[in-house]
Amino acid sequence: MQTSITVNGVAQQHDVEPRTLLVQFLRDACGLTGTKIGCDTSSCGACTVLVDGESVKSCTMLAAQADGRSVTTIEGLAADGELHPVQRAFQEHHGLQCGFCTAGMVMAAVSLIEEIPNPTERDVRDGLEGNLCRCTGYHNIVEAVLAAAGSAESAAAGSAR
Amino acid sequence: MIPAAFEYVRAESADDALAALREHGDDAKLLAGGMSLIPLMKLRLATPAVLVDVGRVGDLSYVRDAGDHVAIGALTRHRDLETSDLLRDQCGVLRAVAAQVGDNQVRHRGTLGGSVAHGDPASDLPAALLALDATFLVRGGAGERTVAATDFFRGFLETALEPDELLTEIRVPKTGATGFSYQKFQRRKQDWAIVGAVAVRNGSTRVALVNMGSTPVRARAVEEALTAGASVADAAQHAAEGTEPPADLNASVEYREHLARVLTRRALEEAAG
Repeated sequence: MQTSITVNGVAQQHDVEPRTLLVQFLRDACGLTGTKIGCDTSSCGACTVLVDGESVKSCTMLAAQADGRSVTTIEGLAADGELHPVQRAFQEHHGLQCGFCTAGMVMAAVSLIEEIPNPTERDVRDGLEGNLCRCTGYHNIVEAVLAAAGSAESAAAGSAR
Repeated sequence: MIPAAFEYVRAESADDALAALREHGDDAKLLAGGMSLIPLMKLRLATPAVLVDVGRVGDLSYVRDAGDHVAIGALTRHRDLETSDLLRDQCGVLRAVAAQVGDNQVRHRGTLGGSVAHGDPASDLPAALLALDATFLVRGGAGERTVAATDFFRGFLETALEPDELLTEIRVPKTGATGFSYQKFQRRKQDWAIVGAVAVRNGSTRVALVNMGSTPVRARAVEEALTAGASVADAAQHAAEGTEPPADLNASVEYREHLARVLTRRALEEAAG
Protein backbone atom coordinates (compact mmCIF):
# COMPACT_ATOMS: atom_id res chain seq x y z
CA MET A 1 0.00 0.00 0.00
CA GLN A 2 1.16 3.55 -0.72
CA THR A 3 2.24 5.09 2.56
CA SER A 4 3.13 8.77 2.85
CA ILE A 5 4.91 10.05 5.92
CA THR A 6 6.68 13.38 6.38
CA VAL A 7 10.02 12.31 7.82
CA ASN A 8 12.26 15.06 9.17
CA GLY A 9 10.35 17.56 7.06
CA VAL A 10 10.73 15.58 3.82
CA ALA A 11 7.75 13.85 2.15
CA GLN A 12 8.48 10.11 1.92
CA GLN A 13 6.09 7.99 -0.11
CA HIS A 14 6.77 4.29 -0.46
CA ASP A 15 4.79 1.24 -1.53
CA VAL A 16 5.05 -1.10 1.47
CA GLU A 17 3.13 -4.05 2.87
CA PRO A 18 0.48 -3.19 5.49
CA ARG A 19 2.43 -5.21 8.05
CA THR A 20 5.50 -2.96 7.67
CA LEU A 21 6.50 -1.52 11.02
CA LEU A 22 7.32 2.18 11.26
CA VAL A 23 10.93 1.37 12.17
CA GLN A 24 11.31 -0.73 9.01
CA PHE A 25 9.80 2.06 6.93
CA LEU A 26 12.36 4.48 8.37
CA ARG A 27 15.39 2.18 8.14
CA ASP A 28 14.68 0.18 4.98
CA ALA A 29 12.45 2.39 2.83
CA CYS A 30 13.88 5.79 3.83
CA GLY A 31 17.44 4.59 4.53
CA LEU A 32 17.49 6.36 7.90
CA THR A 33 19.38 3.88 10.07
CA GLY A 34 19.95 6.19 13.05
CA THR A 35 16.84 4.66 14.62
CA LYS A 36 17.86 1.31 16.13
CA ILE A 37 16.00 -1.95 16.65
CA GLY A 38 16.99 -3.29 20.06
CA CYS A 39 14.66 -5.70 21.84
CA ASP A 40 11.98 -5.63 19.12
CA THR A 41 9.36 -6.11 21.88
CA SER A 42 8.66 -2.48 22.87
CA SER A 43 10.69 -2.77 26.06
CA CYS A 44 14.03 -1.09 25.39
CA GLY A 45 13.12 2.17 23.64
CA ALA A 46 16.08 2.13 21.20
CA CYS A 47 13.58 2.63 18.34
CA THR A 48 11.99 5.74 19.87
CA VAL A 49 11.03 8.45 17.35
CA LEU A 50 8.63 11.38 17.49
CA VAL A 51 5.24 11.12 15.79
CA ASP A 52 3.63 14.56 15.63
CA GLY A 53 6.11 15.60 18.32
CA GLU A 54 5.44 12.79 20.80
CA SER A 55 7.74 9.88 21.60
CA VAL A 56 6.62 6.45 20.38
CA LYS A 57 8.33 3.09 19.96
CA SER A 58 8.56 2.65 16.20
CA CYS A 59 8.91 -1.15 16.48
CA THR A 60 5.37 -1.29 17.88
CA MET A 61 3.61 0.95 15.38
CA LEU A 62 2.65 0.14 11.81
CA ALA A 63 3.88 2.51 9.12
CA ALA A 64 0.22 2.62 8.07
CA GLN A 65 -0.66 4.14 11.44
CA ALA A 66 1.76 7.00 10.73
CA ASP A 67 0.43 7.56 7.20
CA GLY A 68 -0.10 11.28 6.64
CA ARG A 69 1.64 12.22 9.86
CA SER A 70 4.93 13.84 10.73
CA VAL A 71 7.84 11.79 12.08
CA THR A 72 11.13 13.06 13.50
CA THR A 73 14.13 10.75 13.84
CA ILE A 74 17.56 11.39 15.33
CA GLU A 75 18.73 12.49 11.84
CA GLY A 76 16.18 15.31 11.92
CA LEU A 77 17.24 17.01 15.15
CA ALA A 78 20.35 18.96 14.16
CA ALA A 79 19.62 22.13 12.19
CA ASP A 80 22.08 23.98 9.93
CA GLY A 81 25.01 21.90 11.15
CA GLU A 82 24.27 22.73 14.79
CA LEU A 83 23.53 19.89 17.18
CA HIS A 84 20.16 19.98 18.94
CA PRO A 85 20.56 21.11 22.59
CA VAL A 86 19.79 17.57 23.81
CA GLN A 87 22.41 16.07 21.46
CA ARG A 88 24.97 18.65 22.61
CA ALA A 89 24.20 17.95 26.27
CA PHE A 90 24.68 14.19 25.73
CA GLN A 91 28.09 14.95 24.21
CA GLU A 92 29.15 17.40 26.92
CA HIS A 93 27.96 15.23 29.81
CA HIS A 94 29.18 11.92 28.39
CA GLY A 95 25.60 10.64 28.21
CA LEU A 96 26.61 7.69 26.07
CA GLN A 97 28.96 4.75 26.23
CA CYS A 98 28.42 2.14 23.49
CA GLY A 99 25.85 4.45 21.88
CA PHE A 100 23.23 1.88 20.89
CA CYS A 101 20.47 3.29 23.10
CA THR A 102 21.46 6.90 22.43
CA ALA A 103 19.21 7.78 19.49
CA GLY A 104 16.18 6.49 21.39
CA MET A 105 17.28 8.15 24.63
CA VAL A 106 17.71 11.50 22.90
CA MET A 107 14.32 11.30 21.17
CA ALA A 108 12.59 10.28 24.42
CA ALA A 109 14.33 13.18 26.17
CA VAL A 110 13.23 15.69 23.54
CA SER A 111 9.62 14.60 24.01
CA LEU A 112 9.99 14.64 27.81
CA ILE A 113 11.35 18.20 27.86
CA GLU A 114 8.53 19.29 25.54
CA GLU A 115 6.00 17.97 28.08
CA ILE A 116 7.88 19.00 31.24
CA PRO A 117 10.03 22.04 30.33
CA ASN A 118 11.77 22.29 33.71
CA PRO A 119 11.99 18.70 34.93
CA THR A 120 13.31 17.51 38.27
CA GLU A 121 15.73 14.59 38.42
CA ARG A 122 12.74 12.41 39.44
CA ASP A 123 10.79 13.61 36.38
CA VAL A 124 13.69 12.65 34.11
CA ARG A 125 14.15 9.21 35.65
CA ASP A 126 10.39 8.54 35.44
CA GLY A 127 10.17 9.99 31.95
CA LEU A 128 12.95 7.75 30.62
CA GLU A 129 11.62 4.54 32.20
CA GLY A 130 10.80 3.23 28.73
CA ASN A 131 14.45 3.38 27.62
CA LEU A 132 17.08 0.90 28.70
CA CYS A 133 20.86 1.44 28.63
CA ARG A 134 22.71 -1.88 28.74
CA CYS A 135 25.93 -0.01 29.67
CA THR A 136 23.94 1.26 32.69
CA GLY A 137 25.12 4.79 31.97
CA TYR A 138 22.00 6.31 33.47
CA HIS A 139 23.70 8.83 35.75
CA ASN A 140 25.22 10.86 32.94
CA ILE A 141 22.15 10.43 30.74
CA VAL A 142 19.97 11.96 33.45
CA GLU A 143 22.52 14.73 33.95
CA ALA A 144 22.58 15.46 30.22
CA VAL A 145 18.80 15.71 30.05
CA LEU A 146 18.67 18.03 33.07
CA ALA A 147 21.38 20.21 31.52
CA ALA A 148 19.62 20.31 28.15
CA ALA A 149 16.43 21.43 29.87
CA GLY A 150 18.36 24.14 31.73
CA SER A 151 16.98 22.61 34.89
CA ALA A 152 17.88 24.04 38.28
CA GLU A 153 18.73 20.52 39.44
CA SER A 154 21.42 20.00 36.81
CA ALA A 155 24.06 21.99 38.67
CA ALA A 156 23.32 20.11 41.90
CA ALA A 157 23.44 16.75 40.14
CA GLY A 158 26.78 17.69 38.58
CA SER A 159 28.42 18.75 41.85
CA ALA A 160 27.22 15.59 43.64
CA ARG A 161 29.29 13.43 41.35
CA MET B 1 9.85 -9.80 14.13
CA ILE B 2 7.17 -9.08 11.57
CA PRO B 3 3.44 -9.74 11.86
CA ALA B 4 1.82 -12.28 9.54
CA ALA B 5 0.36 -10.65 6.44
CA PHE B 6 -3.08 -9.09 6.80
CA GLU B 7 -5.49 -6.89 4.90
CA TYR B 8 -5.50 -3.36 6.33
CA VAL B 9 -8.75 -1.39 6.54
CA ARG B 10 -8.72 2.16 7.88
CA ALA B 11 -12.01 3.13 9.52
CA GLU B 12 -12.80 6.84 9.38
CA SER B 13 -15.80 6.53 11.70
CA ALA B 14 -17.45 4.12 14.13
CA ASP B 15 -19.95 3.24 11.36
CA ASP B 16 -17.05 2.39 9.04
CA ALA B 17 -15.58 0.10 11.67
CA LEU B 18 -18.90 -1.65 12.32
CA ALA B 19 -19.41 -2.18 8.57
CA ALA B 20 -15.95 -3.75 8.29
CA LEU B 21 -16.65 -6.01 11.27
CA ARG B 22 -19.97 -7.10 9.72
CA GLU B 23 -18.23 -7.86 6.43
CA HIS B 24 -15.27 -9.80 7.80
CA GLY B 25 -16.72 -11.32 10.99
CA ASP B 26 -14.35 -13.41 13.07
CA ASP B 27 -11.47 -12.85 10.62
CA ALA B 28 -11.28 -9.17 11.60
CA LYS B 29 -9.63 -7.56 14.59
CA LEU B 30 -9.88 -3.95 15.69
CA LEU B 31 -6.64 -1.97 16.08
CA ALA B 32 -6.66 1.07 18.37
CA GLY B 33 -3.26 2.22 19.68
CA GLY B 34 -1.82 -1.24 19.10
CA MET B 35 0.23 -1.38 22.30
CA SER B 36 -1.05 -4.87 23.15
CA LEU B 37 -2.15 -6.18 19.75
CA ILE B 38 0.95 -5.36 17.69
CA PRO B 39 3.34 -7.20 20.06
CA LEU B 40 1.01 -10.22 19.94
CA MET B 41 0.94 -10.05 16.14
CA LYS B 42 4.73 -9.76 15.95
CA LEU B 43 5.01 -12.90 18.08
CA ARG B 44 2.37 -14.49 15.76
CA LEU B 45 0.20 -15.22 18.77
CA ALA B 46 -2.47 -13.20 16.96
CA THR B 47 -2.83 -13.56 13.17
CA PRO B 48 -5.95 -11.65 12.11
CA ALA B 49 -6.70 -11.82 8.37
CA VAL B 50 -8.12 -8.30 8.44
CA LEU B 51 -6.98 -5.45 10.66
CA VAL B 52 -9.53 -2.66 11.08
CA ASP B 53 -7.67 0.45 12.25
CA VAL B 54 -9.96 2.65 14.36
CA GLY B 55 -7.06 4.78 15.60
CA ARG B 56 -8.20 7.84 13.63
CA VAL B 57 -11.83 7.87 14.70
CA GLY B 58 -11.30 11.23 16.41
CA ASP B 59 -14.82 11.65 17.76
CA LEU B 60 -14.22 8.69 20.10
CA SER B 61 -11.48 10.59 21.95
CA TYR B 62 -12.85 12.76 24.78
CA VAL B 63 -13.22 13.12 28.55
CA ARG B 64 -16.59 14.76 29.21
CA ASP B 65 -18.68 15.82 32.20
CA ALA B 66 -21.96 13.97 31.62
CA GLY B 67 -23.87 15.14 34.68
CA ASP B 68 -23.93 12.23 37.09
CA HIS B 69 -20.85 10.56 35.57
CA VAL B 70 -17.74 11.21 33.51
CA ALA B 71 -17.94 9.90 29.93
CA ILE B 72 -14.69 8.86 28.25
CA GLY B 73 -14.37 8.03 24.57
CA ALA B 74 -12.95 4.57 23.94
CA LEU B 75 -10.07 5.96 21.89
CA THR B 76 -8.89 8.37 24.58
CA ARG B 77 -5.16 7.81 25.10
CA HIS B 78 -3.60 7.11 28.49
CA ARG B 79 -1.65 10.36 28.07
CA ASP B 80 -4.93 12.29 27.82
CA LEU B 81 -6.28 10.55 30.93
CA GLU B 82 -3.20 11.27 33.02
CA THR B 83 -3.32 14.99 32.10
CA SER B 84 -7.11 15.45 32.38
CA ASP B 85 -8.20 18.22 34.78
CA LEU B 86 -11.74 16.82 34.81
CA LEU B 87 -10.49 13.42 35.99
CA ARG B 88 -8.25 15.05 38.58
CA ASP B 89 -11.31 16.74 40.10
CA GLN B 90 -13.93 14.04 39.55
CA CYS B 91 -12.25 10.64 39.29
CA GLY B 92 -8.67 10.91 40.48
CA VAL B 93 -8.07 7.19 40.67
CA LEU B 94 -8.43 6.73 36.91
CA ARG B 95 -5.97 9.54 36.22
CA ALA B 96 -3.48 8.10 38.71
CA VAL B 97 -3.74 4.56 37.34
CA ALA B 98 -3.40 5.78 33.73
CA ALA B 99 -0.14 7.49 34.72
CA GLN B 100 1.26 4.10 35.80
CA VAL B 101 0.55 2.25 32.54
CA GLY B 102 3.70 1.20 30.66
CA ASP B 103 5.98 4.15 29.90
CA ASN B 104 5.66 7.55 28.18
CA GLN B 105 5.92 6.05 24.70
CA VAL B 106 3.20 3.51 25.46
CA ARG B 107 0.94 6.13 27.03
CA HIS B 108 1.29 8.32 23.92
CA ARG B 109 -0.31 5.54 21.84
CA GLY B 110 -2.37 3.22 24.07
CA THR B 111 -6.08 3.87 24.59
CA LEU B 112 -8.52 3.21 27.42
CA GLY B 113 -10.93 1.34 25.16
CA GLY B 114 -8.11 -0.75 23.72
CA SER B 115 -6.99 -1.78 27.19
CA VAL B 116 -10.56 -2.69 28.20
CA ALA B 117 -11.39 -4.59 25.00
CA HIS B 118 -8.11 -6.52 25.15
CA GLY B 119 -9.18 -7.91 28.52
CA ASP B 120 -5.75 -8.72 29.92
CA PRO B 121 -5.94 -9.47 33.67
CA ALA B 122 -2.44 -7.97 34.06
CA SER B 123 -3.58 -4.57 32.74
CA ASP B 124 -3.92 -1.71 35.19
CA LEU B 125 -6.98 0.17 33.92
CA PRO B 126 -9.53 -2.69 33.76
CA ALA B 127 -9.06 -3.31 37.50
CA ALA B 128 -9.55 0.40 38.23
CA LEU B 129 -12.76 0.39 36.18
CA LEU B 130 -13.94 -2.70 38.04
CA ALA B 131 -13.34 -0.96 41.39
CA LEU B 132 -15.23 2.08 40.08
CA ASP B 133 -18.23 -0.01 38.95
CA ALA B 134 -17.81 1.57 35.50
CA THR B 135 -20.24 1.00 32.65
CA PHE B 136 -19.25 0.32 29.04
CA LEU B 137 -21.21 1.53 26.04
CA VAL B 138 -21.05 -0.91 23.13
CA ARG B 139 -22.28 -0.55 19.53
CA GLY B 140 -23.01 -3.45 17.20
CA GLY B 141 -25.28 -4.77 14.50
CA ALA B 142 -28.14 -5.02 17.00
CA GLY B 143 -27.76 -1.41 18.10
CA GLU B 144 -26.32 0.01 21.29
CA ARG B 145 -26.14 -1.60 24.73
CA THR B 146 -24.46 -0.98 28.05
CA VAL B 147 -22.47 -3.58 29.96
CA ALA B 148 -21.46 -3.27 33.61
CA ALA B 149 -17.73 -3.70 34.23
CA THR B 150 -18.57 -6.55 36.62
CA ASP B 151 -20.17 -8.47 33.70
CA PHE B 152 -17.65 -7.50 31.03
CA PHE B 153 -14.49 -9.50 31.76
CA ARG B 154 -15.25 -13.17 31.07
CA GLY B 155 -11.88 -14.93 30.88
CA PHE B 156 -8.24 -14.53 29.82
CA LEU B 157 -8.40 -11.99 26.92
CA GLU B 158 -12.15 -12.72 26.71
CA THR B 159 -14.81 -10.05 27.15
CA ALA B 160 -18.56 -9.64 26.66
CA LEU B 161 -17.89 -7.98 23.28
CA GLU B 162 -19.36 -9.85 20.29
CA PRO B 163 -17.21 -10.11 17.13
CA ASP B 164 -19.35 -7.43 15.40
CA GLU B 165 -19.30 -4.99 18.32
CA LEU B 166 -17.27 -1.87 19.05
CA LEU B 167 -16.67 -0.43 22.51
CA THR B 168 -17.40 3.29 22.16
CA GLU B 169 -17.53 4.84 25.65
CA ILE B 170 -16.51 4.20 29.24
CA ARG B 171 -18.62 5.76 32.00
CA VAL B 172 -17.18 6.26 35.47
CA PRO B 173 -18.85 7.70 38.56
CA LYS B 174 -17.83 11.07 39.92
CA THR B 175 -15.97 10.14 43.06
CA GLY B 176 -14.95 13.73 43.79
CA ALA B 177 -12.13 14.13 46.27
CA THR B 178 -12.50 10.74 47.99
CA GLY B 179 -9.45 8.69 48.82
CA PHE B 180 -7.96 6.18 46.43
CA SER B 181 -4.75 4.27 45.85
CA TYR B 182 -3.10 2.06 43.27
CA GLN B 183 -0.32 -0.21 44.48
CA LYS B 184 1.52 -1.83 41.57
CA PHE B 185 4.30 -4.33 42.18
CA GLN B 186 6.75 -4.87 39.34
CA ARG B 187 10.45 -5.47 38.72
CA ARG B 188 10.91 -2.53 36.36
CA LYS B 189 8.66 0.53 36.09
CA GLN B 190 7.52 -0.28 32.54
CA ASP B 191 6.67 -3.94 33.28
CA TRP B 192 3.25 -5.46 33.73
CA ALA B 193 2.13 -5.63 37.34
CA ILE B 194 3.14 -8.90 39.00
CA VAL B 195 0.19 -8.06 41.25
CA GLY B 196 -1.66 -4.77 41.67
CA ALA B 197 -4.34 -3.54 44.07
CA VAL B 198 -6.72 -0.61 43.49
CA ALA B 199 -8.74 0.84 46.36
CA VAL B 200 -11.41 3.51 45.88
CA ARG B 201 -13.63 5.06 48.53
CA ASN B 202 -16.95 6.06 46.97
CA GLY B 203 -19.48 5.61 49.73
CA SER B 204 -18.19 2.16 50.63
CA THR B 205 -14.65 1.07 49.86
CA ARG B 206 -14.09 -1.06 46.77
CA VAL B 207 -10.97 -3.06 46.00
CA ALA B 208 -9.93 -4.69 42.72
CA LEU B 209 -6.88 -6.78 41.94
CA VAL B 210 -4.58 -6.96 38.91
CA ASN B 211 -3.10 -10.29 37.74
CA MET B 212 -4.78 -12.44 40.40
CA GLY B 213 -6.78 -14.63 38.00
CA SER B 214 -7.88 -14.98 34.38
CA THR B 215 -9.70 -11.63 34.63
CA PRO B 216 -9.34 -8.53 36.81
CA VAL B 217 -11.19 -9.35 40.03
CA ARG B 218 -12.94 -7.54 42.85
CA ALA B 219 -11.68 -8.44 46.33
CA ARG B 220 -15.21 -9.00 47.65
CA ALA B 221 -14.11 -10.64 50.90
CA VAL B 222 -12.06 -7.55 51.74
CA GLU B 223 -14.97 -5.23 50.94
CA GLU B 224 -17.34 -7.31 53.07
CA ALA B 225 -14.93 -7.39 56.00
CA LEU B 226 -14.60 -3.60 55.88
CA THR B 227 -18.38 -3.20 55.75
CA ALA B 228 -18.65 -5.48 58.78
CA GLY B 229 -16.28 -3.19 60.66
CA ALA B 230 -12.93 -4.99 60.34
CA SER B 231 -9.72 -2.98 60.60
CA VAL B 232 -7.75 -2.30 57.42
CA ALA B 233 -5.07 -4.79 58.45
CA ASP B 234 -7.62 -7.53 59.21
CA ALA B 235 -9.68 -6.89 56.06
CA ALA B 236 -6.57 -7.02 53.85
CA GLN B 237 -5.87 -10.56 55.08
CA HIS B 238 -8.88 -11.68 52.96
CA ALA B 239 -7.43 -10.26 49.72
CA ALA B 240 -6.49 -13.58 48.10
CA GLU B 241 -9.74 -15.36 48.98
CA GLY B 242 -11.52 -16.73 45.95
CA THR B 243 -8.69 -15.79 43.57
CA GLU B 244 -6.86 -18.16 41.21
CA PRO B 245 -3.60 -16.36 40.47
CA PRO B 246 -1.22 -17.68 37.80
CA ALA B 247 2.27 -19.00 38.49
CA ASP B 248 5.03 -17.84 36.14
CA LEU B 249 8.70 -16.82 36.07
CA ASN B 250 7.95 -13.74 38.15
CA ALA B 251 5.97 -15.27 40.99
CA SER B 252 4.45 -18.46 42.39
CA VAL B 253 0.79 -18.70 43.36
CA GLU B 254 1.71 -18.37 47.05
CA TYR B 255 3.84 -15.29 46.43
CA ARG B 256 1.05 -13.62 44.45
CA GLU B 257 -1.40 -14.36 47.28
CA HIS B 258 1.04 -12.77 49.72
CA LEU B 259 1.48 -9.73 47.46
CA ALA B 260 -2.30 -9.33 47.14
CA ARG B 261 -2.62 -9.12 50.95
CA VAL B 262 0.29 -6.71 51.39
CA LEU B 263 -0.63 -4.45 48.45
CA THR B 264 -4.29 -4.39 49.49
CA ARG B 265 -3.32 -3.27 52.99
CA ARG B 266 -1.10 -0.51 51.57
CA ALA B 267 -3.83 0.57 49.15
CA LEU B 268 -6.44 0.70 51.91
CA GLU B 269 -4.10 2.66 54.17
CA GLU B 270 -3.32 5.20 51.46
CA ALA B 271 -6.98 5.51 50.40
CA ALA B 272 -7.97 6.15 54.01
CA GLY B 273 -5.22 8.71 54.64
